[in-house]
Amino acid sequence: MAEQDGGRLTERLAAIRARHPGAEPEMVADVVHAVLATMSGDLSAQETSLLAEVAALGLTIACAKAEIAALRFDDITDSHIPFATDELDAIVEHTATATNAILTCCEMLDDVAGGLSGEPAAKLRDATTRIYEACSFQDITGQRITKVIATLKTIEAKVAYIVATFGNGATGEDAERTGEASEAALLNGPQHPAVAMDQSDIDRLLASFE
Amino acid sequence: MMPIDKAMNVLIVDDYKTMLRIIRNLLKQIEFNNVAEASDGAEALTKLRGGNFGLVISDWNMVPMTGLQLLQEVRADANLKSTPFIMITAESKVENVVAAKQAGVSNYIVKPFNAETLRDKIEKVLGHG
Repeated sequence: MAEQDGGRLTERLAAIRARHPGAEPEMVADVVHAVLATMSGDLSAQETSLLAEVAALGLTIACAKAEIAALRFDDITDSHIPFATDELDAIVEHTATATNAILTCCEMLDDVAGGLSGEPAAKLRDATTRIYEACSFQDITGQRITKVIATLKTIEAKVAYIVATFGNGATGEDAERTGEASEAALLNGPQHPAVAMDQSDIDRLLASFE
Repeated sequence: MMPIDKAMNVLIVDDYKTMLRIIRNLLKQIEFNNVAEASDGAEALTKLRGGNFGLVISDWNMVPMTGLQLLQEVRADANLKSTPFIMITAESKVENVVAAKQAGVSNYIVKPFNAETLRDKIEKVLGHG
């Protein structure tokens, strides 16, 4: 009976190996031997079946690790994320340049308004005020882009951590950062307009302290 | 009611040069022409201790010293503690406003803001609102 079960186990292991040629058979064999070494006496059919399942599980894990190790995660950290952050930095730089050009023109218009009087001066100044207000977009978008860059870096760290843990054993940096300073938790940057408090909400909140 | 002294020195603090330029121009339009700039809290504190400023308008999110830390330093300094201090920031969560208020902020403006809000808050903190 035990001989029959052993034959079945051998067949199943062979079949699993055939399905996962990239796995490391010696690792599976090690696992099986380690389990067998802890057992004594003849194996029942149920125990043999269980061992086969353990072996299959070992192979699956070995295959998954091999596949993760084969992923070119270096591309993510060496190429994709730096490319994305460089592009985002370029957006900030271009918008800053454009905004400063707009502000320079606006200041010239303000100077012109200073030489005028009455309605034309008021209209011109009103227009420049609105342009100044609108130009603050550059600060807001810059802060949003900074948040995106931080998110990309978090993804990069988490990928490295996963690969280091389940992949080729390379040392990874722990993706979880703890122990943030208390004020850092308050620095969240611009909120999404749909959920953010607006100026009137803030005024009401401040008034509640009075 | 005394008119606002628009000749007073105003210190604006932001690590974004563009924002400094925008706020300076908006202040100029409401006739505050004596405007000094600082790009972070530490520089602001040095300027405040070396000058005579009637109003501070500061961003929050700066390094190495944040706007909140600057506010705390100002309120802890016997010579500066009564200086009106307006925080202009994109940080708009309740906990931010509460923290700023607890630190002694005079008023709080959320970005993006408009010229009318800026003028209104300045008038309020200078006692004319």
